[in-house]
Amino acid sequence: MVTQVAVAAEADTEAALVAEIRVALPEHGLGHDLRAVNIVWRRELIRFRTDRLRAVTSLIQPFLFLFVLGTGLSSLARRGMPAGVDFKTFIYPGVLAMSVLFTAVFSAGSIVWDREFGFLREMLVAPVRRASLVIGKCLGGATIATFQGIVFLALAWFAHVPYNAVLLLTLIGELLLLSFTLTAFGLMMAARIKQFQSFMALTQMLVMPLFFLSGALYPLNGLPAWLSALTRIDPLTYIVGPMRHAVFGYLNLPARDTQRLAPGITWGSWVVPVGVSLGIVAVMGLVMMAIAIAEFRKTE
Amino acid sequence: MMAATQAGTGSDAGDRLLPAVISVSSLTKRYEDVEAVRGIDFEVVRGETFGFLGPNGAGKTTTIKILCTLASATSGSAKVAGHDTRTEQDEVRRNIGLVFQDTTLDTYLTAEQNLRFHAALYAVPKAVIAPRTRQVLDMVGLWDRKDNLVSTFSGGMQRRLEIARGLLHAPHVLFLDEPTVGLDPQTRSSIWKYINDLKGREDITIFLTTHYMDEAENCDRIAIIDHGKIVAIDTPEALKASVGKDRVQIQTADDATAIAALAESFGIEAAVHDGAVTFSVASGEEFVPRLFAELTVPIRSVSVSRPSLDDVFMSYTGSTIRDAEASVTDVMRRRAARWRGGRR
Repeated sequence: MVTQVAVAAEADTEAALVAEIRVALPEHGLGHDLRAVNIVWRRELIRFRTDRLRAVTSLIQPFLFLFVLGTGLSSLARRGMPAGVDFKTFIYPGVLAMSVLFTAVFSAGSIVWDREFGFLREMLVAPVRRASLVIGKCLGGATIATFQGIVFLALAWFAHVPYNAVLLLTLIGELLLLSFTLTAFGLMMAARIKQFQSFMALTQMLVMPLFFLSGALYPLNGLPAWLSALTRIDPLTYIVGPMRHAVFGYLNLPARDTQRLAPGITWGSWVVPVGVSLGIVAVMGLVMMAIAIAEFRKTE
Repeated sequence: MMAATQAGTGSDAGDRLLPAVISVSSLTKRYEDVEAVRGIDFEVVRGETFGFLGPNGAGKTTTIKILCTLASATSGSAKVAGHDTRTEQDEVRRNIGLVFQDTTLDTYLTAEQNLRFHAALYAVPKAVIAPRTRQVLDMVGLWDRKDNLVSTFSGGMQRRLEIARGLLHAPHVLFLDEPTVGLDPQTRSSIWKYINDLKGREDITIFLTTHYMDEAENCDRIAIIDHGKIVAIDTPEALKASVGKDRVQIQTADDATAIAALAESFGIEAAVHDGAVTFSVASGEEFVPRLFAELTVPIRSVSVSRPSLDDVFMSYTGSTIRDAEASVTDVMRRRAARWRGGRR
C-alpha cells in the first residue's frame, strides 16, 4: 500500500512527462485470459455485495416453500411419511436447490442488462477471448448462487437435517455444480435475448416448470407415465435426486423408508447412479456454456 | 503536432511520409434494409486528429464499429495500426481506445473499479496500473472522485471517466464517437480541452465523429460523410477555401433599397438575416471597397466572414446538417430499433 502511494505521488510530480509511465501490453497469453476470468468473476461478487436487497429477496421464495408450504402440508402428508420423518425434511433438498435457482439464472441475466446499458460493449471490444468473459460470468454466477444456497443450508436444523460436515460439503459441492449449470443456461439464453424484461419473463416461465418437474416436492416413484417421463427429461431432476440421496444417507432411517422416499432416478428398471446423474448435469452445463461462447463470438 | 499539421495539408495519403494508422478501402456495410456505408476510402496518419462529420444516420457510427471490430464489413477492408479488422481482431483491439456516445461504464462500480476492470481486460502490467490510473484520472480531473460510485457522476463526469478509461492502456488510436453529444456547452468545451491536452501528452491518433460543426474545427482533417459516402475530405481550412465564398453582412439606412441596388449593380442576391443585409461573394475584402464606391444607400457598418463548416457541408450536400438530420429521422428510428435489438 505504501509503495503504491509513493508511486502515485511520483506520477503526480511527473504528470507532464508522460513517457515516465510506459504501458507496454504483453503478448496474448493464458495469464491474460485468467486475469480476465478473474476480473469478470470479481465484478459479479462486488455487485452482489452491494445489492443486499437481491440477496434477501431471492431467499424469500425458498423460505416460503419450506416453512409455509412445508408446515402447512405436514399434517396432510404425515400419512404418507414413515414415522418420525417430517415432510419438511423430505422437501428440504429440493427447496435447497430452489434457493440457488433464481440467483444463478438472474446473475446470467445481468449480461442482458449490461447489453442494454452499454457495459457489455466495454467487454466485447477488449482484446480477450470471448470464452474468458463467459467463463468468468459463469463462475461469478455460480459463486454468488452457491453463497446464497449456503445461507439457506444454515437453516437445515429447522428441517431436521443434521449438521454433518461431510453431508454439508457434499451439498455445497452439488449446489456449486447446479449453480454453474443454471448460470450457463441463463447465459445461453442471455446471448440471444436483447431485453431484460423478456429475459425475466422467459426465464420465469421456464424456471418454475423445471422446479416442479424435478421431484423437489414429491417422490419420483409411482407417478403416472406422462409425469414420470417429464421428470426424467428435466435437468433439475438429476441434481435434486443426488441431493436427496445425500440427505437421506444421514437420517438413519430403515432402508425400506429410504427406498420409498428417495428411490433414486430410474430409466426403465435401471437406477441411474449418483455419479452419472451429476455427470449429466455437468455435461449439460459445459455444453450450454459452449453455446453461449459461440453466440458471443458472432459479430454484427 | 507538427507531424499532424504536415499530414493535414493534402487529402491524398500517397505522397506522405508518415505511416497510415488507419486505412480504409472500398468499405461497405449493409444491414438487411439499409446500406449504411456505401464504399468509402480514406487514410489517417499517425498523430492526426481526424474527424468524421455528418448528420445522424450518415454512417459514422457504423464505420467506427467496423474499425473497432464490433461489426464486420460487408465488403472492402479496414486496417487499424497495421492490423486487419477482420482477421486480426485482438491485435486491433489492443491498439485502440474507445469512447462511445452512450456510456459503457458500470455505474454500480466506483470510478477506480471501472479502471481496474479495464486494466485486467487489456492486460495492463500490474506494476503500472496504479500510477497510470492516477495519471489518466488526473488528466480528466477525477482523481479525488475515484472512490465514488459512477452512478453518482454527472453526464460530463461519466464522459470524462470514459476518456480516461479509453486511454488507460495507452492505445495508439483513440476512437471518440460523438464525444460531446448530449452535454452542455460548458462541459463540451472542457471535454475538448482534455482532448487537445492529450495531443500534447501522448503519441496518439484520434479518430472522432461529430455532427457539431464548431467541434469539427478542432480536427486536422475532416471527412464529410453523407448517406454512407464521403463527399469531401481535407483540412478544415482547405474545405472552407473550396467553398470559395465569403459572407458579407451590411447594416444600411434602407435595407430594401440596398437589396434592390445590389441586384441591379452587382447581380447579387441578398437577403435580410439577423437584422442585416446578407450575401455571399467570392472575395469579401476586395468587394467591400467597390461596395462603398458604388452603392448609393448609406452603409452604417459592414462585416465580412469566412465560410464556416456549415457552409462547407451545405455546399457539398446541398442541405444544412439540421435539414439532413430531419430527413433521416426515419432511418434513425429504424436504426435505433436495431440498436436496442442489435446483438452488440
